[in-house]
Amino acid sequence: MSEPTTMPHDPLLGRITWDSIPMVHEPIVLWTFIAVVLGGLVMLAALTKFKLWGPLWRDWICSIDHKKIGIMYIILGIVMLLRGFADAVMMRIQQAMAFGDNLGYLPPHHYDQIFTAHGVIMIFFVAMPLVTGFMNYLIPLQIGARDVSFPFLNNFSFWMTTTGAILVMVSLFLGEFSTSGWLALSNLGNQNPGVGLDYYIWALQLSGVGTTLSGINLIVTIIKMRAPGMNLMKMPVFVWTSLCTNALIVASFPILTAALVLMSMDRYFGTNFFTNELGGNPMLYVNLIWIWGHPEVYILILPVFGIFSEIVATYSKKRLFGYTSMVYATVCITVLSWLVWLHHFFTMGSGAAVNTFFGITTMIISIPTGAKIFNWLFTMYKGRIEFKPPMLWTIGFMCTFAIGGMTGVLLAVPPADFVLHNSLFLIAHFHNVIIGGVVFGLLAGINYWFPKAFGYRLNEFWGKVSFWCWLVGFWVAFTPLYILGLMGVTRRANHFDDQSLQIWFVIAAVGVAIIAAGIGAFLLQLVVSYFQRDKLRDNNGDTWGSGRTLEWATSSPPPVYNFAKTPVVHDVDAWWDMKKHGYQRPTKGFEDLHMPSNTGAGFVISMIAMVLGFALIWHVWWLAIVSFIGVVVSSIIHTFNYNRDYYIPAAEVQATEDARTEQLARHV
Amino acid sequence: MSNTSIQAGQREYHPAHEPHPENGTSLGFWLYLMSDCLIFAALFATWGVLGRSYAGGPTGAELFSLELVAINTAFLLLSSLTFGLAMLQKQKKNVNGTLGWLAVTGLLGLAFVGVEVYEFMHIYHTGATIQTSAFLSSFFTLVGTHGLHVSFGLIWLVVLMVQIKQKGLIHANVRRLNCLSMFWHFLDVVWIGVFTFVYLMGVL
Amino acid sequence: MVTATLLMLVIIVPVILLTLLFAWKYRQSNNEAEYDPEWHHSTALELVIWSVPLIIIIALGTLTWITTHKLDPYRPLDRISETKPLDPNVKPLEVQVVAMDWKWMFIYPEQGIATVNELAAPVDRPILFKLTATNTMSAFYVPDLAGMIYAMPGMQTQLNAVINREGVFRGLNSHYSGAGFSGMTFKFHGLSNEGFDAWVQKAKDENTVLDRDSYLNLVKPSERHPVTRFSSVQEGLYDRVLNMCVEEGKMCMHHMMAIDAAGGAAYMKAAGLNLPDDVCSVENADQVVALMDQRALAQQ
Repeated sequence: MSEPTTMPHDPLLGRITWDSIPMVHEPIVLWTFIAVVLGGLVMLAALTKFKLWGPLWRDWICSIDHKKIGIMYIILGIVMLLRGFADAVMMRIQQAMAFGDNLGYLPPHHYDQIFTAHGVIMIFFVAMPLVTGFMNYLIPLQIGARDVSFPFLNNFSFWMTTTGAILVMVSLFLGEFSTSGWLALSNLGNQNPGVGLDYYIWALQLSGVGTTLSGINLIVTIIKMRAPGMNLMKMPVFVWTSLCTNALIVASFPILTAALVLMSMDRYFGTNFFTNELGGNPMLYVNLIWIWGHPEVYILILPVFGIFSEIVATYSKKRLFGYTSMVYATVCITVLSWLVWLHHFFTMGSGAAVNTFFGITTMIISIPTGAKIFNWLFTMYKGRIEFKPPMLWTIGFMCTFAIGGMTGVLLAVPPADFVLHNSLFLIAHFHNVIIGGVVFGLLAGINYWFPKAFGYRLNEFWGKVSFWCWLVGFWVAFTPLYILGLMGVTRRANHFDDQSLQIWFVIAAVGVAIIAAGIGAFLLQLVVSYFQRDKLRDNNGDTWGSGRTLEWATSSPPPVYNFAKTPVVHDVDAWWDMKKHGYQRPTKGFEDLHMPSNTGAGFVISMIAMVLGFALIWHVWWLAIVSFIGVVVSSIIHTFNYNRDYYIPAAEVQATEDARTEQLARHV
Repeated sequence: MSNTSIQAGQREYHPAHEPHPENGTSLGFWLYLMSDCLIFAALFATWGVLGRSYAGGPTGAELFSLELVAINTAFLLLSSLTFGLAMLQKQKKNVNGTLGWLAVTGLLGLAFVGVEVYEFMHIYHTGATIQTSAFLSSFFTLVGTHGLHVSFGLIWLVVLMVQIKQKGLIHANVRRLNCLSMFWHFLDVVWIGVFTFVYLMGVL
Repeated sequence: MVTATLLMLVIIVPVILLTLLFAWKYRQSNNEAEYDPEWHHSTALELVIWSVPLIIIIALGTLTWITTHKLDPYRPLDRISETKPLDPNVKPLEVQVVAMDWKWMFIYPEQGIATVNELAAPVDRPILFKLTATNTMSAFYVPDLAGMIYAMPGMQTQLNAVINREGVFRGLNSHYSGAGFSGMTFKFHGLSNEGFDAWVQKAKDENTVLDRDSYLNLVKPSERHPVTRFSSVQEGLYDRVLNMCVEEGKMCMHHMMAIDAAGGAAYMKAAGLNLPDDVCSVENADQVVALMDQRALAQQ
């Protein structure tokens, strides 16, 4: 079986032709392109006018500071959220319109790209970067360290993730995106010789490298760089959940890599891994991809569980209930997440014994998860709760996620799944846990830690507006989908015959509009807070007054070295313990501090890797070879740089700390 | 913040001098190696599922030459031994000794890759290509991935040798040598898996 | 499903109520509520938190075991309905299903007819579906009839079902399979015995044959294919579809798998058959089949 392509091939341009530019015949894409170009030009002009190119390169692109990298991940996630959400809006509108003779406004080929892009973007380029951004920002601060174990690798990981996102964005204007769903399941057999699936594969492979390396980085950081006295059972719960998450990342992403490599080999070399004939077995792909896919969703939710643990303790002004069982529950969930993957395809005909086994293991996961919810509940009990936006998100989460989890256990019963598999009930379930869990947690976390990162609090009013719009909007958008699923409506359909279903889709579309208002309120919150930043300034560092973990011991924002003197830890909730024992901040006796140096190597290597990905997508073989050699050579050149660190002189530390002393005195 | 401090003994909240956290390179590299191991695990699983799907075509029994594989294996296992000898020289801080044994390791690794390439070409010329059947697809991919890893190891080896020549056995280079050593022995262990599950069990 | 939901609501409802209750009662402005900042552990509570869900899951797990076995699509029915027992003398109606791009083909071996995008069955007679696909995975789903089951190329799955009432029901594909997926719907007719015979007769009146050529024509991708009926089906066509050898000269998968199991090309050579590199040849196929049959006979 030779290379399956029906596209012309040019030695210089590979598969690129004029027809590869969709906006020539697609008005939606054309207008998007115009908007992007205009927006881009405005941004470039602003950067030039305010002379920001230098600082952008030196202080951000080349930065190996975990705080800056964390912020960049979060910015990436928010930007991609807007694209992923635009896809959602387009899908909802199509499904609200396309009944009977009305085929909707989107041709099927486009609808299929949109639902694929929506899933891929939301999971890989919104949720993962946001979660990684939080872990990056907080872990060193919470364990009393100055940075992660491998700062250069951290920067490189971020840029590799970004190259994946860039490829996905480029697919909008050159070529097309995959139509096979977020896991490319419909590509099995002999399908899709176009560029769409290749964009998908290479975007995931490039960002997968970043994710895996980041996972390794954070595990070593947590194991090796904790402050003296912080043994494992004195770590903040967020660090525990991050440790488990990163263990999941390192163990599961290689399987995704392997599965995608095998699929690429079928496409590029005509191998027979997942073909229908000559010995191939598509069921192998289904198994491999879901062996990765299920741990992936726990990778998304575990850090968020950690975020909620921190928030609920701080705003209840009370220690987290059941620390030990929280830790054990997290580890249980981590282990169990490997034993459930088949619940994604009960209907593939594996037989009753196999189906039962996986159904039961899936249900068992709800036990430690439930324990966590109870622990948050009992943290609130006999607390003194402040209803700042992060706490609202937490309560919204506890109610919403509980129901989402329940529908999950329902789906775990194979006979129930036999009627609900791939239905809109399933869609509602996973959005329930991802939005109600991951998104609520990330928005809570942003409201909670934004002051720490930027030095001023976020406007509370718009934060609350955003929360209520998201909460109400979510339920209005997805309750109809639960109902439709129970009526037997399947997912990924761009047209329906039964007109009586339309009302539900219209309600769902209204829900999406409310969520859009929530996103708008969030963006407005960012803008308004910026303009009110002097009024909202955090002069103290312990923004909420009741901070319990070490990041609240630093100034807002923290200095580049985090802690002028490494803290010694005596108890869980180290900062709370320090406050209780009358801790006084040291104002003298500082030493030179050992810090890693910024470098542009990560950015350069990643960009060459992106060119490699692009060349492989478009079959521009000469460019692929050149850029591959470029990646190898630039990496080798980087290894010849032994000059990776520097010392901040004690005098400079003294000056920074003096400035903080003065700030604290002025704002008692 | 509480105004009343608990007077049950003074707690020290900062060490006398800034501590130096333990270097995490070896642990980090080990974790990377385990992730690589999982990629191989997925490829072995694929071999397990598809390894007997000959599509009515040639099988391992016909294609594999156990003599060639024995030679190959000898080269690789020997190279692990010589790498160990290089590490012993490193222990003694003997730059030339280290470089010498590393060079021998490199040559043995190159021989391994060479024999493997020869084997692949030979199989290819009988008409059994990577496209012929799922068995052949998994064979070439699993064994080829291992071979690619060895090849990258060889490039790394040469670069590191240059760096040791330039800067000597400084801490950074010793760390790198430790990592390459782990990498090399890991590939050896994977090869034992390949040798057993692919060649021996494919032929017998 | 209702039982499962109720069991879980036992936990979910109190959790949500308590969340809202605690949030209100322990709000900062409520100075009457007790504030106990150091209370963070209670063994008794932990025991309850872990064991009550465990008990519920054990109950659910038992329910799962029982229902999963009972409702296994491969399991022949043991009752017609809640009120009607199974008649052991009635053979199930066999329907061979082929999921194509992007339509459904139904072959009725007993009646010798075939249809595209229309399915029918007599009320209260067990149906045995045998399913395969041509190009990529699909899932056969008639919500009013039974659960869904995947249909996969080169493989066969089964579904046992029965329709207890007359009517026209919706059928669809519930696994996205490409551009024409949304149009891959069909009607399933539950009919009386007479109604079913009349429906079969409608197909027999068509005078169209489903053979290799007309089948290969159908395989070409098409969307929202109109209902088509065939009055006769070529002998063994479904087996050829399942084994991906409808085209002339292509080796059937079950033969290929038999060769593999016996030791591959080497075995064939040893048996005196020189298979060329490309195993697609008509003469070889016949000889291979003959050899396989001989071997099967010898093994009996």
